[in-house]
Amino acid sequence: MTMPRQRMLVSGGSKPSLPNHVRIQFDPLRQAYAVLAPEKIFWPNEISLDILRRCDGSSTVETIVADLASDYDAPEEDVEGDVTTFLQEWSDKLLVRL
Amino acid sequence: MSASLPPIGMLAEITHRCPLQCPYCSNPVELLKANRELDTRTWLDLFDQAADLGVLQVHLSGGEPTLRRDLEQLIAGLAARGVYTNLITAGVGIADGRIEAFAEVGLDHLQLSFQGARAETTDRIGNHGGSHEKKLETARRARAAGLPLTINAPIHRHNIEEVPEFIELALSLGAERLEIANVQYAGWALTNRDALMPDREAVDRQGEIVEAARERLTGIMNIDFVTPDYFATYPKPCMGGWARDAFMVAPDGAVLPCHAAQTIPSLAFERFGARTLAGIWNDSPAFNAFRGTDWMQEPCRSCERREIDWGGCRCQAMAIAGDAAATDPACVKSPIHARMAALIDEARHAAEGAPADVPFVHRRIGTVVDM
Repeated sequence: MTMPRQRMLVSGGSKPSLPNHVRIQFDPLRQAYAVLAPEKIFWPNEISLDILRRCDGSSTVETIVADLASDYDAPEEDVEGDVTTFLQEWSDKLLVRL
Repeated sequence: MSASLPPIGMLAEITHRCPLQCPYCSNPVELLKANRELDTRTWLDLFDQAADLGVLQVHLSGGEPTLRRDLEQLIAGLAARGVYTNLITAGVGIADGRIEAFAEVGLDHLQLSFQGARAETTDRIGNHGGSHEKKLETARRARAAGLPLTINAPIHRHNIEEVPEFIELALSLGAERLEIANVQYAGWALTNRDALMPDREAVDRQGEIVEAARERLTGIMNIDFVTPDYFATYPKPCMGGWARDAFMVAPDGAVLPCHAAQTIPSLAFERFGARTLAGIWNDSPAFNAFRGTDWMQEPCRSCERREIDWGGCRCQAMAIAGDAAATDPACVKSPIHARMAALIDEARHAAEGAPADVPFVHRRIGTVVDM
């Protein structure tokens, strides 16, 4: 688990993953999924969760986009923009590895 | 009185014992000895009740938490409940193999403090020769064990010029987070306020340095910046609001809304064991005293920021305004906000007159402090 020594940028070929210490966990009390990270807890919405769940380190961003476009019955260009922005933001916070 | 929500975070100060003697320690001025600490079984029971109550993250702190020989068991108990664990350590004197053992039983994250970016500063502030070198070794061992690392740098007059070096140090250790945390003046830090308070020019410079570094290090290292209250315009939402989503537990099981809550003389705190955690969180008069917004006076009561900063810090209101229900004097709207600037000036004059070699009352168990 090496830390990035330069800022990573999202591309179609990136294979995003969650680091070991960032985990998605269902909270039965609040009936919601939490993302637990160092000193932070996030409550992602359904679309964000769908992106994060696909960050398995083997699927490319292109595959994730195609998958989500089909699931949500939305144009790939729109989905691509949203997914790229989301992953760049989460990578910049070191919550996703690219 | 406002209804309680389930808490998300818990700070467990499992011991007050510590090899360091930092003059701004956030432990109370009256430290508890080892014989007052909860035993393993009671902590594990408390952690179970915390998880049931909704706690998702536990910060294991002290004192120095690794002085508890049962720390591995405590981490394992939390991990078994899916609670995210963060170990807050000074990183001095941790026996071989233990960091690896913490990782093995499920520790999620390690936060390591550095009192200075230079060895001589670290050793002098903590009053412990050789501590800097030991901390470097702890950082290396944590990274080798696969643990993500936060470096915590408490900032004050005697190390504020080292902020650029702290940033380089954290990078060189492979940290993914750095906390540049300006000292909060409660407890020991309040005792040593005149010696610790930085100059305004140094605070401004620090802000610019951190801002530039954050930009430069986007996607490489996160920098959390805890700004100094005395120089602020608005107060911090202390603990995210009193009894709103987090609490802490002292070594003897006293359950507190924040670190310094015991400095508010009108409040009585309950101990885990005498009552369940849920009972204390939901019904304890001390937790309900400043929960929500109903307790507020003006100018907080009608302020549009009342649910942003929740009135700020109750302990700072107590310490400076003499009334725990007053607006935090850090707020520009506080009628005594000017007192903060006056205290900065007083500290500057005191520092100019003080001998350079003995500036602090170092924390010690049993030290008598004349407040």
